[in-house]
Amino acid sequence: MAALSKVALICVKTTAAAASRMTLVFQIRIHGRGGQGVVSAAEMLSIAAFNEGKHAQAFPSFGSERTGAPVVAYCRLDEREIRVREPIMHPDALIIQDPTLLHQVDVFAGLSPSAYILINTTRSFEELGVADFVRGFQPERLCTVPANELALKHVGRPVPSAALLGGFAALSGLVSLESVAQAIRSKFSGRLAEGNVAAAAAAFKHAQAN
Amino acid sequence: MLKQIEGSRAVAEAVALCRPEVICAYPISPQTHIVEALGEIVSSGRLAPCEFVNVESEFAAMSVAIGASAAGARAYTATASQGLLYMAEALFNASGLGLPIVMTVANRAIGAPINIWNDHTDTMSQRDCGWIQLFAENNQEALDLHVIAFRLAEELSLPVMVCMDGFILTHAYERVDVPDQAQVDAYLPPFNPRQILDPAEPVSIGAMVGPEAFMEVRYLAHAKQSQALSLIPRWAGAFRQAFGREAGGLARSYRTEEAETIVVALGSVLGTLKDTVDELRESGGRIGVLGVSCFRPWPFAAVREALAGAQRVVVVEKGMAVGVGGIVSNNVRTAISTRPIPVYDVVAGLGGRPITKASLAAVLQRAMTDDLELTTFLDLDRALVEKVLRKEREVRRSGPIAEQVLKLKG
Repeated sequence: MAALSKVALICVKTTAAAASRMTLVFQIRIHGRGGQGVVSAAEMLSIAAFNEGKHAQAFPSFGSERTGAPVVAYCRLDEREIRVREPIMHPDALIIQDPTLLHQVDVFAGLSPSAYILINTTRSFEELGVADFVRGFQPERLCTVPANELALKHVGRPVPSAALLGGFAALSGLVSLESVAQAIRSKFSGRLAEGNVAAAAAAFKHAQAN
Repeated sequence: MLKQIEGSRAVAEAVALCRPEVICAYPISPQTHIVEALGEIVSSGRLAPCEFVNVESEFAAMSVAIGASAAGARAYTATASQGLLYMAEALFNASGLGLPIVMTVANRAIGAPINIWNDHTDTMSQRDCGWIQLFAENNQEALDLHVIAFRLAEELSLPVMVCMDGFILTHAYERVDVPDQAQVDAYLPPFNPRQILDPAEPVSIGAMVGPEAFMEVRYLAHAKQSQALSLIPRWAGAFRQAFGREAGGLARSYRTEEAETIVVALGSVLGTLKDTVDELRESGGRIGVLGVSCFRPWPFAAVREALAGAQRVVVVEKGMAVGVGGIVSNNVRTAISTRPIPVYDVVAGLGGRPITKASLAAVLQRAMTDDLELTTFLDLDRALVEKVLRKEREVRRSGPIAEQVLKLKG
């Protein structure tokens, strides 16, 4: 809650013209590829926020979803009912599930320097060739998590979405790791759920130490 | 119980709570998740007795629903787009026979060119098929409208279509309050059909009617729809009392107090419009919104009354009659035909084109100063369209239009 209001203040500054209704909304855009659980990530994030009493809206970009094709999903969080249905053009946070998209798709479109960026990679922002772009950004809002590796270890397959949500919880403080775990368990069951919960917890730790 | 679930799942839960006895399922995007979820619910034994029939086409889906309903079963199906067109003949039969089938339409564009995304062309094309058409603004209303739809359908003995924006609502996760079984049972009594195929008391349903009686039968269909105009608010009121929230009804106003400009729309774009209007209000604009929940029957009086104070009307609609312009706007014009005020028609969001607050605010600001053509197309790439038209003037074999447009878009 505290984090949300902190972010809200920043939103007010960056979108001064915005109406009061908008000031509390927090918008997350997730980029990845078909098969990586991009849409599920947005859905689970909305469930995690719902578990904490927030209003949340998650929706995919509705492309023809094919394995490997670029996919975008969106999630809005607010303290009140979310009515707007437009795609998220000015995200407050970006989650990039596949760093090979960085130089293929305009993932940074509409991003302000106050935004959070979380990338699934073992490399640094410099090594990924985006150091110049993020120069004016707040360093504590930039984060990388080796989500594929964590998923391989805990789930047995490189499915990064749950791990990234753990990382996002640590980075943004918008949702707790417990709510993320609860959301994962509402989407998956049995060993698959527990593996993903473990991956999320490991990513949370990694992001906190980062 | 509050849940954070997909719109399609919310609808499936609502339908299951209405205890349909026959569900006809044929997959088509973006409706598929609804019947998939219902299939799970039926196979789990949670909804019983219920026969889940996998049919071979949409025509079969509606035909099975007709047969089931005529035999006295509460019948449900769902479709979208080309699927709705494929069942067109059966749609007229369902309404003509007065069978209270409830169907979800996950609104989607119609090809060609093929397009799986949202607009209202599918249900607008069937606006005269004799079904009641209710439009959902969000997933809560989509859920609630199904409960209302069964009540209304069976009371009137007429079929009801619940229209919800494909993908935008069907695939969106948001908070919904799923009622419990006892609440729904109290609102929706068991199906008590006006007509039933019963071997013990044989009747024939679907007799041939000649010129001597056809007018009368058709008039009665019209009269029934007019009757619906008084029953719809009544059942919306009963819903509000029982469930404690607004859903359905004929039309609902938002911030129309002292509004000089009123924007009329159907479906999920109302949410974006309300946010846009809030911002325009903050900068002093005297503007409000009228959300039409019931498109068929067309609520002449409710629309006229809601627009009584307006100096101009803007209709934002996700469909059009090619060669005419807006469809909803023409209905609005007939409702207020005695008042000489401009009715601007903004065709928006065709084939899933996002409708943004920025574009809406720009077009509404122009409308508020009467600086708008009567029919406009939101975010149309006019330069591109001009290029294609020029080529057609210059070259006889100019080629397929869709491919040219795609090429120019790069």
